Amino acid sequence: MAHEHKLEIFRGLVKFKSNTSKIWGVLIFLTIVTAVEVVLGIYKPDMFMHTWMDPFEGGFLATLGNILFSPIVYMKPLNLIFIVLTIVKAYYITWDFMHMRDETGSMRKMVVWTGVFLICYLIFILLQEGGYVFDVYFTGEHPLIKRDF
Amino acid sequence: MDSTVESTGTEGKTWGGGNKPLRASYGKMMMWFFIVSDALTFSGFLAAYGFSRFKFIKEWPIADEVFTHVPFLHGQELPMIYVAFMTFILIMSSVTMVLAVDAGHHMNKAKVTLYMFLTIIGGAIFVGSQAWEWATFIQGDYGAVQTKGGNILQFGEYVTVDGEEKFKRISIDDFAAVQAGDRVQHERKNGLWFVTEETLPPYSVNEIYTGLAANDNILVRTQEINDEGHKTVLSRAESLKQIKDNGKLVVKGANLHVNEYGTTLFADFFFFITGFHGFHVFSGVVINIIIFFNVILGTYERRGSYEMVEKVGLYWHFVDLVWVFVFTFFYLV
Repeated sequence: MAHEHKLEIFRGLVKFKSNTSKIWGVLIFLTIVTAVEVVLGIYKPDMFMHTWMDPFEGGFLATLGNILFSPIVYMKPLNLIFIVLTIVKAYYITWDFMHMRDETGSMRKMVVWTGVFLICYLIFILLQEGGYVFDVYFTGEHPLIKRDF
Repeated sequence: MDSTVESTGTEGKTWGGGNKPLRASYGKMMMWFFIVSDALTFSGFLAAYGFSRFKFIKEWPIADEVFTHVPFLHGQELPMIYVAFMTFILIMSSVTMVLAVDAGHHMNKAKVTLYMFLTIIGGAIFVGSQAWEWATFIQGDYGAVQTKGGNILQFGEYVTVDGEEKFKRISIDDFAAVQAGDRVQHERKNGLWFVTEETLPPYSVNEIYTGLAANDNILVRTQEINDEGHKTVLSRAESLKQIKDNGKLVVKGANLHVNEYGTTLFADFFFFITGFHGFHVFSGVVINIIIFFNVILGTYERRGSYEMVEKVGLYWHFVDLVWVFVFTFFYLV
């Protein structure tokens, strides 16, 4: 059969002899990543529980800086670690289990770029709006919603 | 001149027709189309969850305090353990699926059969686990009181464990003072025949208040998250005042209207998103079973290609992929 599999992961750092051993290798990697997530989730180390950087104060450039650094400025490092690890897992599931690694480049881009672009857009719009609704509902001098009863 | 274009002068080039520039079969392409659109559906749900969570960012339930149960280990608080097990099961069944695809490439019918079977078993274990998770979530844990403003008030006491003072939850069953003469559920046979009433809460607010007043150690915890990332615990006087003045409904467990864990939307999204994912797993198992029997009957052997296993495999991995994200955003973040 003329099924060619690319048998390298981590940009060639780890090479496998057969497709089957590559699958088991990826399973071990995914299990380790999940285990790291679970351990971090249970113990919640203090150093990851507070943001490492305060938002910039000031004018337009500060706002721009806050947007650029938003994952570090507004997100707890622990949550950032979780999200990055999730995307790493998603990459290996798609690339090795769904054989994206073996598809043509244009096929890969068609699927991944479309999805990633639309999902990023959706997340940006909805989270931005959620934060805004929180602000007008519950913060400031005259919050719109009172729920202290 | 033709009124429609028949030849574009691109014949023989990549997109001129007649060749397969993506080197993927029609069926596989369509499966990818479906997966991309389904991924957008799921990300729409998860983004909506994020929206609601950002909207109630100061009072969203802490997942570690909600999902603490493991089957057969009753009464122990073990956050994350069971859901980690579920994740592992699903990833494992993804592995057996991809092994089935690999065996299909080698036209090895016996191995495809075995691995498909293991995949189905893995999927069934996952769906079963999810059902158990739902049942535990619906049944509830400690119970709470909902206020007129829709806030959830939970109960607990300060205990010292290993020299560290911790807030330990107390179940309403442990301190509610049951009083006689309470309302019973209205039923058609002993009331108005055209009116029905839903099941009444296990206790009345008054019973909870009496029980609370009789136990000096019990304090009320609100859903408000303080600067340390914990829920706010009220003083004894404030606890009694809150229940007396604002308490409206005793809540045990969760449904779509109200839940004892906190913001109502939390349970709504939990049911909706894990339910939709569970439905995908269920239909995946059904499709896997169909393909499994086709493999046994030798359909693909005669066809000369196990591509169908590959296509259903894509769907199955996608279900796993979605779970990885659901796991992160419901249980970790």
